[in-house]
Amino acid sequence: MQLTDRSKKTDKSDLTVIEKTYWPGVVKGMGITLKHFFSKKATIRYPEQKRYLGPVFRGHHILKRDEQGRERCTACGLCAVACPAEAISMVAAERVKGEEKLYREEKYAASYEINMLRCIFCGLCEEACPKQAIYLRHDKFVPVFSSRDQVIYGKDVLVEDLNDRYERDAWTKEDMAALWQKQKD
Amino acid sequence: MEATQLIKVTVDGKTVEVPLGTTIMEAARMIGPEVAPPAMCYYKPLKGSGGKCRACLVKVAQGSEKDPRPMPKLVASCITQAQDGMLVENFSNPDVVNARKGIVEFLLINHPLDCPVCDQAGECHLQDFAFEHGLGTTRYEEERRTFETEDIGDKIQLNKNRCILCYRCVYTSEQITDSRVHGVMYRGDHAEISTYISKAIDNDFSGNVIDVCPVGALTDKTYRFKSRVWFSKPVDAHCTCEKCSGKVNLWYKGEEVIRVTARKNQWGEVEDFICNDCRYEKKKTSDWVIEGPTKTPRHSVISANKYGSNTIKKPEFALKFAAENFKNIEDQREYNKTLEEIKKSEDYKSLMSKNKALLSK
Repeated sequence: MQLTDRSKKTDKSDLTVIEKTYWPGVVKGMGITLKHFFSKKATIRYPEQKRYLGPVFRGHHILKRDEQGRERCTACGLCAVACPAEAISMVAAERVKGEEKLYREEKYAASYEINMLRCIFCGLCEEACPKQAIYLRHDKFVPVFSSRDQVIYGKDVLVEDLNDRYERDAWTKEDMAALWQKQKD
Repeated sequence: MEATQLIKVTVDGKTVEVPLGTTIMEAARMIGPEVAPPAMCYYKPLKGSGGKCRACLVKVAQGSEKDPRPMPKLVASCITQAQDGMLVENFSNPDVVNARKGIVEFLLINHPLDCPVCDQAGECHLQDFAFEHGLGTTRYEEERRTFETEDIGDKIQLNKNRCILCYRCVYTSEQITDSRVHGVMYRGDHAEISTYISKAIDNDFSGNVIDVCPVGALTDKTYRFKSRVWFSKPVDAHCTCEKCSGKVNLWYKGEEVIRVTARKNQWGEVEDFICNDCRYEKKKTSDWVIEGPTKTPRHSVISANKYGSNTIKKPEFALKFAAENFKNIEDQREYNKTLEEIKKSEDYKSLMSKNKALLSK
């Protein structure tokens, strides 16, 4: 009974004299092995080498600063209310005189914490943010941790380093769609 | 004509009997929130309020039983008295819906879009109004009017930029407190809540201007930036107070009372104004008798982020948005057919005949 037409006929005739020495088979097999010496490798040396994961990969969180280096986050709480895992918490504070270069708005996040045990990297915080402050980096993973006190990420870990600014090909959905179209063309 | 005479008013096809002298707004509110026009400046407990923001414009399709001509223009429902046999069109009239979109744009011309910073966000009437009746986009590109920040004491935070000149706080200080010493100064684009507002806040009931303010122009300074509305949990509570009714909402964040406000009714209006002692001084649970959690509308953001939020009814806007942007699932696939239908198909028949032929060999 034949259920599919995917089965192949196998050649079950007797081997010839030359084939019985196995040499043709060995040479053919070694040829394939030799070919792979010179072909491009399918693997990379992770973690030294890293692949480009595309501009939409959701990795390590970052609190962006604006062009003048001021923090964008105003502690509005929309990321926390959007977070399905309830991983984000924050405490707001009022900017005082003299801090205008540190914070963009009159309110800022005095503390901003993400519990990485809870975070599911869904990116809803990024979508909810009205100030384009929080992003999930496309180029950096959250590192493996070995104890619980390493997983509450505070502002010391999250806020963008001015000497090593985070750049991305597409910042918004519209940018992404345009990039997508460009790649298609 | 007797004062108790009842007249019939129809709003959006629903008829209600109201006493003579009732405004269209009040008649519509008696029918229910599904036909009640929105209000930004009208505040029932404050005499003389209304007629300023034009948010409540409605179309009167029939003036009355005796004079059935329609009113030539849209009328402000909060200050227009209803007539017997009046036919009012609110949400059912496209002119009204369009006019509201325009009103939202006008109100937002000078209103800063700083909701992420503003403490009122989440319980702001202008936010609700713009969300429900506005366009969702802005065409405004010019500079917004700004004022110097003014300190009016350690209890109330004034932000003149956010003011939409509804006059509610003016009526409050006139009617609730002993004497009014502030008002709206200048005219047109230059109009602003006067500088003398700082003198009005010495009164015992001055804190009520926070509750009546529909936007974030007047906010509680003791609550400033402490939390967001949707992270705090409102609880009904009362106390025995000599000056006021003592009926309040306590807003908890964890174990801490971060804010005390007067209770608001269905229309966001305070009926029992509270004194400053209750509002600012009694911020311990032991000062109050707790009655239970405040009932908030399930679609309100105040109900969000609390346990049980999965039972929250989805707001109409979200469902409409989803229907516009996503296709329905088409579940008309082969495997859904019954066995009888499958047996009738040609595929099935040819397969079975092949099987039979193989077996008979």
